[in-house]
Amino acid sequence: MSEQVIRITDGGVVLGGRPILRGIELTVNRGEVVAVLGANGSGKSTLVRAILGLTPLRRGSVQLFGAPADRFKGWRRIGFVPQRTTATAGVPASVWEVVASGRLAQLRPLQPMRRKDKDAVREAIDAVGLSDRAGDGCSTLSGGQQQRVLIARALAGRPDLLVLDEPTAGVDLASQDTFAEILRRLVDQGTTILLVAHEMGPLEPLISRTVVMRDGRIAYDGPPLESFRDVPHAHAHHPAEHRAHVDYSLDVRTPVDRAAHHADGDGGLR
Amino acid sequence: MSLLTYDFVQRALLAAFVTGLAAPAIGTYLVQRRQALMGDGLGHVALTGVAVGLWFSTSPVATAVVVAILASVLMELVRERGSTSGDVALALLFYGGIAGGVFITGLAGQSAATLNRFLFGSITTVDERDIWVTVALAVVVVLAAVGLAPRLFAIAHDPDFARVAGLRVRGYNLLVSVLAAVTVTVAMRTVGLLLVSALMVVPVATAQQLTRTFKQTLLVAMALGTAAAVSGVLVSANVDVAPGATIVLLALGGFALAWPVGMVLRRRRRVAEPFSDDALDLDLGLELGHDHTVVPEEHGHDHGPDCGHQAVPHGDHVDYVHDGHRHAPHGGHYDEH
Repeated sequence: MSEQVIRITDGGVVLGGRPILRGIELTVNRGEVVAVLGANGSGKSTLVRAILGLTPLRRGSVQLFGAPADRFKGWRRIGFVPQRTTATAGVPASVWEVVASGRLAQLRPLQPMRRKDKDAVREAIDAVGLSDRAGDGCSTLSGGQQQRVLIARALAGRPDLLVLDEPTAGVDLASQDTFAEILRRLVDQGTTILLVAHEMGPLEPLISRTVVMRDGRIAYDGPPLESFRDVPHAHAHHPAEHRAHVDYSLDVRTPVDRAAHHADGDGGLR
Repeated sequence: MSLLTYDFVQRALLAAFVTGLAAPAIGTYLVQRRQALMGDGLGHVALTGVAVGLWFSTSPVATAVVVAILASVLMELVRERGSTSGDVALALLFYGGIAGGVFITGLAGQSAATLNRFLFGSITTVDERDIWVTVALAVVVVLAAVGLAPRLFAIAHDPDFARVAGLRVRGYNLLVSVLAAVTVTVAMRTVGLLLVSALMVVPVATAQQLTRTFKQTLLVAMALGTAAAVSGVLVSANVDVAPGATIVLLALGGFALAWPVGMVLRRRRRVAEPFSDDALDLDLGLELGHDHTVVPEEHGHDHGPDCGHQAVPHGDHVDYVHDGHRHAPHGGHYDEH
């Protein structure tokens, strides 16, 4: 019996009046390594943000480690690697300082870092191979190294679930290999991983399952694929009499949907 | 230095000391949030608070604190929504603040000369009660800015990550804004509302020319701010110049000295560093030539850390491997190495 780490039911997200996610059903079990693939604008980043509570759901619900997201308290079990922004912050920050912020979930306000916190930070910086750069400013690092700093920050909390949003975007191939090596060690330790990517590249052998997003829906959920273009059946062919899907967000239904919905409803009453 | 024995000079020095400590402490977070001008805006709005105080004949500082805090909360809510018209909303607030201040001062039957005391500071008129309020508020600001540094840093650095880590991002952001409002009204007596932003931002800009970590920046900025504020008061005690303006000009002088040093440091780092460690391990099979030749070659991009070409450290600069040869940018062309 495997533990459900992420479960999203009937998920719908609306941003600026446009439906971004529709009818999302996704369960990730403990120990799985799930890749979310899709073209730009397919909603894959929004899916991750909705799971983490960074983007509000218009419909449906998210459960994390079996608890509803709004009452979830175990944030320290989750490590998040956001999309790398090319702009560095206005004030210099060292590698150590950025990675150390990954321990804050384990500390109360005003509580200084304990020895085990410092050990965890050191270990995380070690794991991504930046020990000799720990005291250097992040802005002096290359793009791939900055990405590794963000991964180290997530690792510093020793998470049970690691969520990565486009970790290999704009990273040279050599750094991607290093990155695949880091992930492999985590997979061996039993960490659950949810990872958004445009293309798999060197990460492919690690993946246990692929989810493909298209136009805000899950278009494929099954054995690993190399690219979102490899989805075996792009769409299902319904029989002609099949009734229209009613899985849009309630307030963003098009006039056509509304007509179909009324027709179905009325038909049921008569 | 017989002037130092006067009570009002001692009070002015103490006020300058605590403002010089508190303003850059909170200013560091504003700079990190890319809100360097927020202090200036709050200063404008606080003017309305001062005028309200004059109108009701209560303490102008008390009403200024209340109005500035309200404005800071409003500004934080505008910022949180992240709308592109956020800076226009802030402009409305700023000009509304200064116009309201002048307008209400007129209603209160006071002249613009009264407002000048608050616009440009009047550190020598600080009385016994003012000084203790100033010290108490400054201590609160410094304790929060230094004590909560790891959290405030993480939130300003990456709010999304901080939220997923379970931190109360909104609460801490409001705290920084409110502390900034308190600092503005504290510094109102020393450098005045129009120059308060300078004491919050200039020492930070100076510090980050020389520092590599956030903690260093915070502490160096506080030291520089204190040095500028105290020496500004000392100068104006001996020469007949306005203390507020002297403090700000000294702070700017510090920046003018630090900037060339920062340029050299940054240039040295940039030339020497943008290569990945992985590049060192690869056998490139390319020999170094001692004579450098210029290659007239079209480049769709400038070589850099993200260009995808293999980077190789070479003495004091970095070469890039491109189409089977390796070269480094030099002026407007590439040198073959």
